[in-house]
Amino acid sequence: MANPSAVCNGHLHHHHQKQNNLLKSGLYKKNGITKGMKKNGISNGTLYKKKIVEHFEQAPMYVAVLTFLGFGVGTIFGYLRDFMRAWGLEKRNVAAEREQQKDFVPLYQDFENFYTRNLYMRIRDNWNRPICSVPGPQFDLMERVTDDYNWTFRFTGRIIKNVINMGSYNYLGFAETDVNALKTVTIELQKYGTGICSTRQEMGTLDKHVELEKLVAKFLGVEDAMVFGMGFATNSMNIPALVGKGCLILSDELNHTSLVLGARLSGATIRIFKHNNMQSLEKLLRDAIVYGQPRSRRAWRKIIILVEGIYSMEGSIVRLPEIVSLKKKYKAYLYLDEAHSVGAVGATGRGVVEYFGMSPDDVDVLMGTFTKSFGAAGGYIAGKKDLVDFLRTHSHSAVYATSMCPPVAEQIIRAMKCLMGLDGTTQGLQRVRQLGKNTRYFRRRLHEMGFIIYGNDDSPVVPLLLYMPGKIGAFARRMLEKNIGVVVVGFPATPITESRARFCVSAAHTREMLDTVLNALDELGDFLHLKYSRYSKSSHPELYEETRLELED
Amino acid sequence: MDIKSMKNYLYWLYCQFELITCSYLMEPWEKLLFYTFNVTMLVMVFYTAYIFVPVHISTAFQFFLHLLGNQHENTVSVLK
Repeated sequence: MANPSAVCNGHLHHHHQKQNNLLKSGLYKKNGITKGMKKNGISNGTLYKKKIVEHFEQAPMYVAVLTFLGFGVGTIFGYLRDFMRAWGLEKRNVAAEREQQKDFVPLYQDFENFYTRNLYMRIRDNWNRPICSVPGPQFDLMERVTDDYNWTFRFTGRIIKNVINMGSYNYLGFAETDVNALKTVTIELQKYGTGICSTRQEMGTLDKHVELEKLVAKFLGVEDAMVFGMGFATNSMNIPALVGKGCLILSDELNHTSLVLGARLSGATIRIFKHNNMQSLEKLLRDAIVYGQPRSRRAWRKIIILVEGIYSMEGSIVRLPEIVSLKKKYKAYLYLDEAHSVGAVGATGRGVVEYFGMSPDDVDVLMGTFTKSFGAAGGYIAGKKDLVDFLRTHSHSAVYATSMCPPVAEQIIRAMKCLMGLDGTTQGLQRVRQLGKNTRYFRRRLHEMGFIIYGNDDSPVVPLLLYMPGKIGAFARRMLEKNIGVVVVGFPATPITESRARFCVSAAHTREMLDTVLNALDELGDFLHLKYSRYSKSSHPELYEETRLELED
Repeated sequence: MDIKSMKNYLYWLYCQFELITCSYLMEPWEKLLFYTFNVTMLVMVFYTAYIFVPVHISTAFQFFLHLLGNQHENTVSVLK
């Protein structure tokens, strides 16, 4: 197969020109706008069967200036408050060292603690909100108030009902309490109880686990799979089993903490490549093969590439065909974390491998979680039988961690059977289609309104950029007043100037709910002045007409 | 009617100022401090402008006049 992307001159702009003719990628990070409407015939040499439209628009310059101004004022007042606390003019609510430790190295002087004390505390009421119902498309919230500016909270006892849920990872809507849907789960709960009280290698492997693993392997189209009780621990406990000292890990810039933790625990050398940037990855691969290990110049024992299917803070989808062609050329291994993409993308919900029309044999280690699309908890690792057999004996999670409890396993089994159509209905496929429709509708309307949205047009994770620190608190509070629950994210989970609100579209959202949310966003966008985009529908009508036609294919 | 929309517009501008400078997040006494500081700075700038701008403008005007005046005299003397 011709590999045009593998020839790299090292110069990004020149390579983009070459790529434009052969691939149909619409990602133009340099220019900050989305173009990419070039029509290409599908020939044998192209890697991508359909166009990629990703947006990473940059805001106008004055927005960055004002964001820094806001942070500057916040920092000055932070210093003022710290001064007052140090000199006893104000009561100290923060963690402080004891009298006897005054001469030791200070514990709370670094920037992170300063930021937490002075900036995060002011808007802390927008996070950790306790809910008291199932996190379906709507949920109930416990109302809480603060008397001393977010240092302590108390519950008033009132419950805010039917808040529209735009923050839960409930992509296919399997987080439900419908009695008919949960019939098998109730039966299993009465048969097995809830506790396992053992690890996989001792007495914790039940027939439910074996059934689930076979089903997962069939769902993904691989030889075998292994399930674990916790999604985060799947990454952090299994990567150390797969790589060790003398190996090289090439990890994406924006990988999740679980991948980073697993990579650091393994003891291998870690090198970072720029987010979704294939030229950067190829350069690292070539350097690794040419120069080998740092001092001894020996060849690396293993080179493994860690990427995610959908990145949850950006909403971007990994460029899988290019990575697979690179890995085949340079003989590296690929570890794909499909936490947000399994069940959410692909024609039948099988993840990014299906989305790009590739075979699951191309990816060496397929990892995913059941938390997001299946309404349960836990994770899996799937691949060749040799790999999974190795993990059954060598994984830390298998040896020490309690295995998944049976009712949760049954919930995953019923959700997966529904998705595959094995329960005799087409409900699963309908859910996947509904999610796709909701995603496209939501993103299109937000673009038309003029907000800056990041990410791929097919990803159900929609980050809406807010930029200024004052707007983070205002946005979340006002949305709650309108009975909509959103998740806002600021520094340190995102770069300091790019704070955002992250929406997770679900198949369970009806068109009316989405319209309510969109109207509220429209109003709030005008009031808070959030519509920074320079490329809304009114200025480029022909651009959006074409997009819609392409997506109907 | 116009007054109402004008008032709404001014209120909206004030909200934008609060959001951009993070004074939306401040406690009341911090807001007082911040606004006092800003207003004091503005008053000082305007006062300085009031005192010095007319003097500067008239000095500049005289300077340019002097420059043009000299040139005129020189050309006249050559022609003679």
